[in-house]
Amino acid sequence: MYIIVAGGGKVGHYLTRALIKAGHEVVLVEKDSGRASYLQEELGDVVIRGDACEVRTMRELGMERADIVIAITGDDEDNLVICQMAKRLFNAPRTIARVNNPQNEDIFHRLGIDNTVSSTKIIFNLIEQQIESDEVIPLAPLMRGNIEIVEVDLGPDSPVVGKTIPNVHLPKDALIITIVRDGHAILPNIDVELKQGDTVIALVNADKEAELREVFA
Amino acid sequence: MNIIILGCGRIGSTLATAMSRDGHDVTVIDRNSDAFRRLGPEFRGRTVIGNGIDEDILKKSDIEHADAFVAVTNGDNTNIMSVQIAKEKFNIPRVIARIYDPIRACAYRELGIETICTTVIGARLIKDFLLGREWGMAKDYCVIKDDQLLI
Repeated sequence: MYIIVAGGGKVGHYLTRALIKAGHEVVLVEKDSGRASYLQEELGDVVIRGDACEVRTMRELGMERADIVIAITGDDEDNLVICQMAKRLFNAPRTIARVNNPQNEDIFHRLGIDNTVSSTKIIFNLIEQQIESDEVIPLAPLMRGNIEIVEVDLGPDSPVVGKTIPNVHLPKDALIITIVRDGHAILPNIDVELKQGDTVIALVNADKEAELREVFA
Repeated sequence: MNIIILGCGRIGSTLATAMSRDGHDVTVIDRNSDAFRRLGPEFRGRTVIGNGIDEDILKKSDIEHADAFVAVTNGDNTNIMSVQIAKEKFNIPRVIARIYDPIRACAYRELGIETICTTVIGARLIKDFLLGREWGMAKDYCVIKDDQLLI
């Protein structure tokens, strides 16, 4: 695959190196000439000095044949414009933007950017998983965080211990995906009885997470 | 009209002062509080310090009740992004971005965003003047009377 990486900060630098190692054809564009020369010494010919928001640079990079354009600079406005121009003028099939302010994820999606990555949000979610004090732990956000996959460890005081699944009154739009017992996944059939020490993996609308917590905790 | 102007440089401050003098409600946003010194004595509007692509700052500027949004910072991409937020998220009916790069200005105009490219306008005016063509209309925008800039 031909991948264009715009922005030669630390993330762009190490990402480019990893992509090259994975066997992809990669070009890294960096605006600052000093930084670009440093990156050229580190990574070689794959580094081009230029402003990825400029159409001239985009042509020079051969953007029309890029499979993926990744905009990973530290400025959200630049990342947005790079991806929009790549799509609009060069029909880039896939654009990925780094979003520094997590609040901007929504507008990026609305404006047609295929994927966004917010390191702030990822780190925040990881921390939240670690410090969540009660038993419902968010594992993965889906659909921009509107739906969550959560994990519930059943302690001795859980009101659902000893109940079969049809007798667990889940909130509307929540679904038990699987039950993990002794390291094995059990299909959540109607005759499965929940036991202390079970881990229940469930799918739930993010706004119903509190209700789900009340059912299990 | 309730109008928000992002960027208090030469264009932003001149426009803000003129609109305020004409009786409109004007809010000017700039990252740098020093920039507000450019506003003329007739400016009666509000100033907000902050980043114009931050939705919290836009809300603080009461964007929810604005009729128009103008982005005239010196960063093309900031202007492009902020007008798209104003249009998409806050449904502001009239938005316009000043963009220096002519190609970007055209590309976004095709996407349905009003853009004004001062680079092209300036170059075209000077070219028309050099070639002896009609250029008076835009020239007449700049009139100074009694030490006051009239626009």
